[in-house]
Amino acid sequence: MTELPLIGEAIAVAAEPRLAGARVGVVTFPGTLDDRDAARAVRLAGGTAVELWHADTELGDVDAVVIPGGFSYGDYLRAGAIARFAPLMSKIIDAANSDARLPVLGICNGFQILTESHLLPGSMIKNDHLKFMCRDQVLRVENSNTAWTLDYQAGQEITVPLKNQDGQYIADEKTLDALEAEGRVVFRYVGFNPNGSRRDIAGISNAAGNVVGLMPHPEHAVEAGFGPESLDGVGGSDTDGLGFFTSVLTKIVGGDK
Amino acid sequence: MSIETTKKFNIDTVENAAKTPDTELPWAELGLKQNEFDEIVKVLGRRPTGAELAMYSVMWSEHCSYKSSKNHLRQFGEKVTPEMKKDMLVGIGENAGVTNLGDGWAVTFKIESHNSPSFVEPYQGAATGIGGIVRDIISMGARPVAVMDPLRFGAIDHPDTARVMHGAVAGIGGYGNSLGLPNIGGEMVFDSVYQGNPLVNALAVGVMRHEDIRLANASGKGNKVVLFGARTGGDGIGGASVLASESFDDTKPSKRPAVQVGDPFAEKVLIECCLELFKGSLVEGIQDLGAAGISCATSELASNGDGGMQVELTSVLLRDPTLTPGEILMSESQERMMAVVTPENVAAFEAVMDKWAVEYAWLGEVTDTGRLIITWEGEVIVDVDPRTVAHDGPVYDRPFARPEWQDAVQADTFTGSVQDAGRPSAPAELAKAVTELVASPNMCSKSWITNQYDRYVGGNTSMAFPDDAGVVRVDEETGLGVALATDANGRYTYLDPYHGAQLALAEAYRNVATSGAVPMAVSDCLNFGSPEDPDVMWQLAEAIRGLSDACKVLGVPVTGGNVSLYNQTGTTPIHPSPVVAVLGKLDDVARRTPSGWREDGQAIYLLGTTAAELDGSEWANMRGHLGGQPPRVDLDAERALGEILINASRDGMIDSAHDLSEGGLAAALVESSLRYGVGARIALQDVLDRDGVDLFTALFSESQGRAVVGVPRSEEVRFTDMCTARGFAHTRIGVVDAASGTLEINGVESLSLDALREAHEGTLPKYFG
Repeated sequence: MTELPLIGEAIAVAAEPRLAGARVGVVTFPGTLDDRDAARAVRLAGGTAVELWHADTELGDVDAVVIPGGFSYGDYLRAGAIARFAPLMSKIIDAANSDARLPVLGICNGFQILTESHLLPGSMIKNDHLKFMCRDQVLRVENSNTAWTLDYQAGQEITVPLKNQDGQYIADEKTLDALEAEGRVVFRYVGFNPNGSRRDIAGISNAAGNVVGLMPHPEHAVEAGFGPESLDGVGGSDTDGLGFFTSVLTKIVGGDK
Repeated sequence: MSIETTKKFNIDTVENAAKTPDTELPWAELGLKQNEFDEIVKVLGRRPTGAELAMYSVMWSEHCSYKSSKNHLRQFGEKVTPEMKKDMLVGIGENAGVTNLGDGWAVTFKIESHNSPSFVEPYQGAATGIGGIVRDIISMGARPVAVMDPLRFGAIDHPDTARVMHGAVAGIGGYGNSLGLPNIGGEMVFDSVYQGNPLVNALAVGVMRHEDIRLANASGKGNKVVLFGARTGGDGIGGASVLASESFDDTKPSKRPAVQVGDPFAEKVLIECCLELFKGSLVEGIQDLGAAGISCATSELASNGDGGMQVELTSVLLRDPTLTPGEILMSESQERMMAVVTPENVAAFEAVMDKWAVEYAWLGEVTDTGRLIITWEGEVIVDVDPRTVAHDGPVYDRPFARPEWQDAVQADTFTGSVQDAGRPSAPAELAKAVTELVASPNMCSKSWITNQYDRYVGGNTSMAFPDDAGVVRVDEETGLGVALATDANGRYTYLDPYHGAQLALAEAYRNVATSGAVPMAVSDCLNFGSPEDPDVMWQLAEAIRGLSDACKVLGVPVTGGNVSLYNQTGTTPIHPSPVVAVLGKLDDVARRTPSGWREDGQAIYLLGTTAAELDGSEWANMRGHLGGQPPRVDLDAERALGEILINASRDGMIDSAHDLSEGGLAAALVESSLRYGVGARIALQDVLDRDGVDLFTALFSESQGRAVVGVPRSEEVRFTDMCTARGFAHTRIGVVDAASGTLEINGVESLSLDALREAHEGTLPKYFG
């Protein structure tokens, strides 16, 4: 296991003490970029972030896993295509499919890795406008029953940053219809579809709701002064993404808030 | 090449060179002048080998040796006062300067050019510009935390501009976004003077603990020399050194193969791998490979150390096995680093390499001979005093003189010129003028560019474009952070290089202070034409003199930078473009001041005074005029304004601040409104009465030392008392009006924010899709 070189130390936050025992693993592949951000989000939500290395052969003692954004292995072949074969990924796939239903969140490149791993259906192709795009994106939470969305209300609109080049979600019509019918479309783009994704889909879940993947970055909207409201002043708040992490922590420790 | 070679290796050895003094060498093709070649022969006491010739030619190039600018650049050191040295931990000469931030933190930053490659091949040129500057930062032992890109391209409507624009922006994004470094600002200027010579400058900033500072030197006999990262290929041979040391000329073959090709994934892995090496204290000295590749790394490490170095060149891992020794020495393949490791740390070093799957090759070791000796299968092909390669290159006192045309240009003022006919004055004309200004190529929104860059990654970005400065948090516990801004105005500098360079510094300094940060250090990228033209050389000499004088007055030292010469097509140089980056410190980034107003009813103040200064302005530029004198420089006023903005931020007296520069008050008012989509009601009569200017001049003049600030009602008395006590001109010019959705300026027809936004944001998409 590697030690992530952090800038500064973890900041103390006044969160619910009972959440601190929940351990959320954050995976680092060569080329992962948002691992420190995801770890910070877990800490700000009150949990304990555990650093996981792609080459580890054991998952260790974690209650949930975040696969953060970046360009694993450079994404030169196809986004996420090589990362899915990392030793740690097979452990994550097994744990996600096991009876224990390990909660797994894939953000951006993490979402791409989850579709490549067949934990989630469909795939991402290049944005329809062919450019990298960084913007603050309004999302509608369509399903608040997944492990990662319990702290939101169904229909709630949140603003989180979006930044990618290959963010256009595609799947065949049958798969899309099934996702809709089963309530597995978890997030939809509101107001503006930034990449041509089918049916404005920004994020989906597996049937059990423990595995969620999305292209936007909730971990960049967890701290006042560093989120969309402060940087771009588009409205909303700086911390709309924090609910992802409080949701899973609350689920881990069991019981309602 | 007509070098005679040994039969066994087909290689020109030192022994062979000594025996065959009359062999003809291709020194002219490698860019050396006769006197320089003669000097090499004199230094060595024999003709150089092919490999030695390759090394000297790249290291003595303009780009690597600063031979035309060195005599002038000295002033940056000579004019440094003890006061300015107070926080400087590492000064000019290393890969990048290091400044003390307090609490055990240090910051390093540097700005560099990647101009010529970015014209030849915009995507890779701009991408590898980011790669190179980031490796400079890693070499100091720092974790890179942000990048910025000041860009200058040709006319917005010229067909080739789109090629450069799309390529360079995609390259900066494609490389920078893959490194996990937020892009927090920069500049974008369009001017036909940059048509054949676009300027792509790149800045990187990194932070470290004091004890982690690393220097590029090879010391300790017996320590091992290792090359790690990407393999060495044939790309970029003579890239920076040849491309950046010559003007473009249509008659010569394409120089595209001389452009390096970047692999951001390799760089990202290299960053993490180096930081792990630093953390384990596994390297004694480290140097990135940039311009002049292995030639530069070996000679600089050896000459900065206390002994010599012995290297076996066949140990270098190659992408192309057919490369000759000279090519291996000159290759500018990206994503490579060279380090010096003690024998005890070799195993630990290799473990880190293996963990990150980074390739490495042990090339040789540090010696006590004082010589840099490079062998090829044991045969000596280079035997030199490394200082003569790295530091004792030629230095020229290039002739310079004030151009004959300078007086005529300065006499041609905008006021009263043909282009000034029909100056707007009626309310409808002024409204149209304001809208036209904020939609103009240089004043329009740059979000088309910045939306292709990741400003969020790292989670420490506190402000980014379009605010006055980019702000990044360094310490999560205390909120300690840094602010950065880059500025240059080629038109001002063309009109008056001495003052133009000072204006660039003044603006960057003002931008940093506007964000609430205390300016601490300067890095400069001096983009000029050919130093062999006495007119251009005068511009360079004057700009350096002006900049170094101004640094002294403002108390901010230059800690590093770069000179880019030969930016000209045929005999036509670019406008002299000294791009100045200023770094400042914020004790707590939570106190940073954004550029837009938000709270309804807050008072809006204009700080500073306005004179009729339209020469060189954006307004004059839009009308096709360039002449006269740039705005007057008053560095004491800049310092006073900076202190007011910093104190006001620290004591919570202001909620917004935006500096006035290009586009004057008109641009600032519109930008402060559009920042958060909140309007204002403005009346400028007090300013007109006090300063004796008309409304048009008040809106479009580019007088310096000014800012608009938003003051909460509860703080108004305290704020104005502070300005009064400091004797700084301040006028209440209006009030924030959150509900109106308009910018109302007395005497100007009402401006709807929707229409302003459409004009401001529509320009770049219109031209670039």
